[in-house]
This record gives sequence, structure tokens and C-alpha cells, in this order.
Amino acid sequence: MTGTQATIPAQQRRSGAARQMLLAFASLIALVIGFSLASPNFFQVSNIMAILQATSVNGVLAVGVTLIIITGGIDLSIGTLMTFCAVMTGVVLTWAGMPLILGVLTAIGTGAACGLVSGMFVARMKIPPFIATLGMMLMLKGLSLIVTGTKPIYFNDTPGFTQIAQGSVVGALIPGLPLPNGVLILFLVAAVTAWILGRTVLGRYTFALGSNEEAVRLSGVNTDAWKMAIYALAGGIVGIGGLLISSRLNSAQPALGLGYELEAIAAVVIGGTSLAGGRGTILGTLIGALIMSVLTNGLRVLSVAPEWQTVVTGAIIIVAVYADQLRRRKASQG
Amino acid sequence: MSDLVRMQGIDKRFPGVHALRAVDFDLRAGEVHALMGENGAGKSTLMKCLSGVYQPDGGRILIDGAAVALPNPRAAQDLGIGIIHQELALMRDLNVAQNIWIGREPRLSLGRIDEARLNADAAAIFRGMNVAMDPRAPVAALTIARQQMVEIAKALSFRSRVLIMDEPTAALNDSEIAELFTIIRRLRAEGVGIIYISHKMDEIRRIADRVTVMRDGATVGTVQAAETPIAQIIAMMVGRELVDEPVAIPDLSAAECALELRGITRGREVRDVSFSLKRGEILGFAGLMGAGRTELARAIFGAEPPESGEIIVHGRPVTIRSPADAVRAGIGYLSEDRKHYGLALGMDVRANIALASLARYTDRLGRIDEQELAAVSNRYIDMLSIRTPHDRQEVRLLSGGNQQKVVIAKWLLRDCDILIFDEPTRGIDVGAKAEIHRLLADLAGQGKAIIVISSELPELLRLSHRIAVMCEGRLTGILPGGASQERIMALATRREGMAAE
Repeated sequence: MTGTQATIPAQQRRSGAARQMLLAFASLIALVIGFSLASPNFFQVSNIMAILQATSVNGVLAVGVTLIIITGGIDLSIGTLMTFCAVMTGVVLTWAGMPLILGVLTAIGTGAACGLVSGMFVARMKIPPFIATLGMMLMLKGLSLIVTGTKPIYFNDTPGFTQIAQGSVVGALIPGLPLPNGVLILFLVAAVTAWILGRTVLGRYTFALGSNEEAVRLSGVNTDAWKMAIYALAGGIVGIGGLLISSRLNSAQPALGLGYELEAIAAVVIGGTSLAGGRGTILGTLIGALIMSVLTNGLRVLSVAPEWQTVVTGAIIIVAVYADQLRRRKASQG
Repeated sequence: MSDLVRMQGIDKRFPGVHALRAVDFDLRAGEVHALMGENGAGKSTLMKCLSGVYQPDGGRILIDGAAVALPNPRAAQDLGIGIIHQELALMRDLNVAQNIWIGREPRLSLGRIDEARLNADAAAIFRGMNVAMDPRAPVAALTIARQQMVEIAKALSFRSRVLIMDEPTAALNDSEIAELFTIIRRLRAEGVGIIYISHKMDEIRRIADRVTVMRDGATVGTVQAAETPIAQIIAMMVGRELVDEPVAIPDLSAAECALELRGITRGREVRDVSFSLKRGEILGFAGLMGAGRTELARAIFGAEPPESGEIIVHGRPVTIRSPADAVRAGIGYLSEDRKHYGLALGMDVRANIALASLARYTDRLGRIDEQELAAVSNRYIDMLSIRTPHDRQEVRLLSGGNQQKVVIAKWLLRDCDILIFDEPTRGIDVGAKAEIHRLLADLAGQGKAIIVISSELPELLRLSHRIAVMCEGRLTGILPGGASQERIMALATRREGMAAE
């Protein structure tokens, strides 16, 4: 009898989380339908591809920071880290003239190394994540400007670099579906990260740390090392974001980056991941990122001033989190 | 028989506290060794030293006669020392099996977790414990008692040779306790050494072989459980003899009615509850877990306001939509989970006592009169004999009993004359318990109206002038103080379908 008592709330809980995801997904669909009805220019293959392409950088950053937010942390440095990774790639490819693959590895490696440093500040030195990554954010911004002498580095000497984000492997295989590589990379990154979260030890500890870090530590887990690993993984993912943005711009723009972290965190929050840690999904983050770019794109198609797009995005964040609060309050009342 | 564990001259200091003073303790294979003492006596600290959570400042620990270093919990686990912490150390967002095997997940290639084996292994442990549990149930959805079962399963999963249980029965009902004891006896027969921390005397008699008593960070002595009278153990713990007096029921026929409930209903947890409470009266609430007593208290306090029904305070109907309304009406609620709901743990004693009454000590510019507050909080520290070095001590550093007194002081300062105590002595040791009981009786004597919710029947019988019994959200009866446990249990199990019979 006691066994059944335990399973009933379990099912309720699962359906609650599913409902949350459904809500975000339904909002996305509603937005797409709404914009399609409002403007014939919206639901065109070219526009949809533009939306997806616009999602790719923010999406990748959001996937990375989702990991950190599930641990109960936050990472404010991902925007300027993205830029720093792009800059280091520029150093390796354009200044040193190394082959493309080394540039790719540099971006990911730089991201992972910086993530590891952030993780060390947080885990070993016990600096609150907000502060540690705020410091990282400023340091990385400064470093990008110092390394480049404040001037952009162009990738004109590296043929194929722009193909990373702008080419279309899918389009070459399936004519009529010109899915940009950047979007393909976003989906791959999301799929792999979702797999890591759901299936691997690293993923298990990501949720466990956000749920009750002290309990994990008391269970004999080296929480500091795992936390650093999670920050490093997130950093590596941000490195991929750096590749995407520099490939799209065909340059590493050292002044860019600030503000990207907040967009990414917004996508995570809209996707239903709890800032309190312990709960979250990559699929939700992906949907959150899509909602943001659909909104921006749709409002632009409807010729709404860009200032208002920002206002609407802000409002959406509040509405999304409030809806989640309402749902949770209902759930806790049974 | 050789010693499995020997702790010699263990010394541990925290800022401002000498927590352990040259403590000696030993554990043999195949015995249950009870560790007793008032809160703050150092039991938990000693056990945290043994389980690698704390590093002692002095002394040494021997396992099987060999000195060992326990720099972290993992090292202790590797030596076969398992601990079930008093504050359940579970990850609420993970499921049962994931919690049990955290840190030891069976792995496939690429760091993947073998979920199937994880679940099967967890299920096997529960089968061995004779407990029905779905390994995939999320921990957050389990009751505290069942979360405890998960903790025990986790400790068992280490194949521990030394098992430390820190108040494992604090949240368990009688049948669950019996189940736990069956498991403990079987482990003992298998040669596991068990260190059992508890405040419940009857449990010690049922389960322990030897008893070691600690007081003020030092061991008072070790005695055989079977041969030592309980009074002697208590005397060792508190350093004095305690007498257990039966409740004196005052004549309240002339007393004014302080609180009256008419048909209070909220969801399925609280159904059509009506009763009245007089000034100077202690009304105990008995019931099984999930009977709706806490939910009723939270409804009265406005934490989850009632959906229907009337609340009448001192003869005037009041509308309670929020705790603020309740406090204005003079109702104070002392939660069963004081760390979550009752205290700002990181703030000092003074700030906590003043928390609900700050407006009174603030001038027009919003400045807080710290001098006056210091005087007031010191008055309550004296009055309730709160053991704290000074009123600026952080509340989290106090023992459970003293934390509870800080919450009481908070509501007294706020002039609350209707006080609802939810499990006021949970996790509090015998000496402090008697003190809290005396305090409640004194408060009633001063004309406060008091509701006490407790899962310990002896406590309710010792305290209550009348005993209200709930079952499945309904009030099934109100008995006079000193009623027999059988009558209370009969009402506590009178389910709706049976009421007609």
C-alpha cells in the first residue's frame, strides 16, 4: 500500500513538468501562427531560416548556461567569453595562419579553460557565482580589447571559415531545405548536452548540485571537481558560440559580447529552468531561445520599432516566470 | 570482543565554542551503542568527526585497532562508516534510486549511467528492508518518514560496518519505528556496529546494548542499557533528576473564550473543523501523520487561508487571509520546521526576537532603537533561559531547544496571546523538552491560549488540558486532558466511512 502512495505524486509531478514544457511550446506555436496570420512575409522558408540562424548563437550560449543554472549558479561571463573565444580563434587563424581545425579547437579550448577558471573561483574559492562570473565578464572583455588592440580581426585569409555558420551541409544533401550549418550545430550541441544531462554522471551531478549541494558532498562526491567540470563544459559550449558568431560576421569583433549573457539567461528562464537550481531542460531552453527570436523577427516583419521589441522581450520574461510561479503554487496546494 | 571503532581524546573547537573536550568513545562489532545527551552536548559533532565531515583538532580515531585519517566523507565511507544525518541529506529533485547511488552510479561507456541497474539495485535494497518503494519516485514527493527510509537504504547500500543513525525515528510513526528496529536488529546480527543517537528513552531500552551519555562536549559515562534505570540515564544527561508530573487541569469555566473556529474548511486536508479555545487553556492536537493538524494550524494562521468557515478571536469575527492578518489578531504560529519558517538563521538572537515587532522599535525616520531592542531581547533571554553567549550570537549556532525559545520570544514580544505550537519539541532533548513543557504551562498560566500539535502522545498527555483528535482532515473528537492513549488512537483512526458504524 505504501508503495502506491509514493507513486501517485510522482506521476503528478512528471505531468506538471510536462505541462510546463507544453506551455512554452504552445506559446511558441501560438506566436508563429499569430505572426503568420498578421503578415504573409513571416511564414516563408527564407524567413524561418533567418529566425533559426538568428537563434543559433543565443541558443548555443543558452544551452551552455542552462547547465550552470541547473547547478544553482549563474554565469554572467558567457557573452564576453564568446567574444574572447572568437578573438583567440582570430589570433590562431589570421595572425598565426594555422589551419582551420586548430582555430576550431582554440575556440572550444579557450571557452573550456575560461569556464574552468570561473568554476575554480566558484567551487574552490567559494566566490558566489554572480560575483565570480561578473569579474570574469569584465576581465574577458578587457582581454579581448587588449589582445586585438580594439580592432576587429578578419578571417579573410581562412577560406571556409564563414562556412561554419553560413554554409549548409543539409542544403547540399536535401535541396529545398537550406538549413544553415549554424542551426545544425545548435541542434547538435543541444542534443549532445541533453544527452549528457539525462544519461551521464556529469548530468546527474548537475541536477544533484542544484538540488542539495551539501547532501552531494556528504555522499562522498568531490563536488568542487564536478562543479568545475560543469563550468568548463559550459565554457566549451560558449566557445562554439564564439565560432558561430565570428563565422557569421567573418570577423572577431572585440567590442561585442556584453548583453549576450542576459539574452541567453532570458531564454533559459522562458524555457522553464528554475534559477533556484535542480530543475531544467535543454529542450525548454531551445524553445525559450526560439520564442525570443520569433518575437524579434515577427515584430520586425510587422515593422514594430526595435525599441519596442526589447520592451516586449522583457515583458515575456516576466510573464513566463509568473506563469511558472502560478503553476507551482497550484501544484504545491495539490 | 575487539573494538571496531575507538575514538580517543577527540577535541574539537568552533569559533566561540569548545564543542568536544577529549571525548572517548568505542563501538564493538554487532552492538547497538546509543549515544545520548542534550542538544549541544556534542553528539552530532562527535559523529561528524567519525564520518569525515569535521576534522577533530585533537585525539585519534582507530578502526580495527589501526589509527586512520578521515579527511572527507568519502574516506569514511571507504572504511565502511555510514551515517544517516539528522537533517535529511537528500536531493529533492532526484528520484529515490538516484539519491541512493549518488557518487557511485554504475557506469556504462562514455560516462553514461546504467539506470536499469541503478533502479534494480535500489529495489533489491528495499526488498531486503521489507519496504515497498518505487525506486523511480521523486524524493520531493515522499513524506518525511519515507525519505528517512531512503536515507537508511542509502546507508545500507554502502555495506557499512559502522552505521551512525542520528535521531532516525524523529519523524517516524510506531509501525515505521518497528520496521526500522527489525532492520537494525538484523544488521546487528550480521556484525554491523550501530551508533544510535536518540532522545527517546523507550527506544533506547528496546534497541540499545550500551549507552554512552555526553554532556557539555564531554562523555559522562557508558552504561549497560538493560541494567540501567531510565531515571539514572536522564540524570546523567541533565546532571540532575527530573520528575514527571501529571498535568494539572485548571478550572477554566469562568475564562473568556480566546479563539473559536466554525466550520473551517480547506481542500481535503481540513474539513469542517469547529472548536473553541479559552484563555489559559492548552488544547492538544493528536492524530496520525497526514491527519491535517499542520494544515489546520496553517489555515488558522493564514499561511494557507481557509476556503470557508469563521474564525472568532476574543468574541469578534476576524478575516484571516494572510499571516499578517493572523498576527494582527494576536495569533502566533511556531512551525514544526523552525529552520525554514521560524527563524532567520544567519541573523542574531536579538534580530530574530525583534523580527515581528520591529515597527515598535523604529522611530519616525526608520531608525531602529538597538539599545531598547538589546534590553528587550536580554529580558526574554533571561525569562526563557535561552542559552546563548550574548544576544548578538547567530541563531544557527544555538541548539534546537534554544532556537525554539527564540521563536517563542519573538511571538511573546509581538503580544500574541493565541499561540500555536507545531511539534514544539521535535529534535529537542529530554532536558530542554521538560523546560519547553514548563514554559508552555507557564504561558497558559499567564492567560495565553495555546494549541499544541504533537506526534508524541506522552507529550500531549503531559501538557494538554483537552485533547482534540483529527483524522483525515476532520475533527473526530475532543477528549479531556489525561485521556487514555487507547481512546485517542480510536478517534485518530476513525475514518469517515467508519463514522456511521
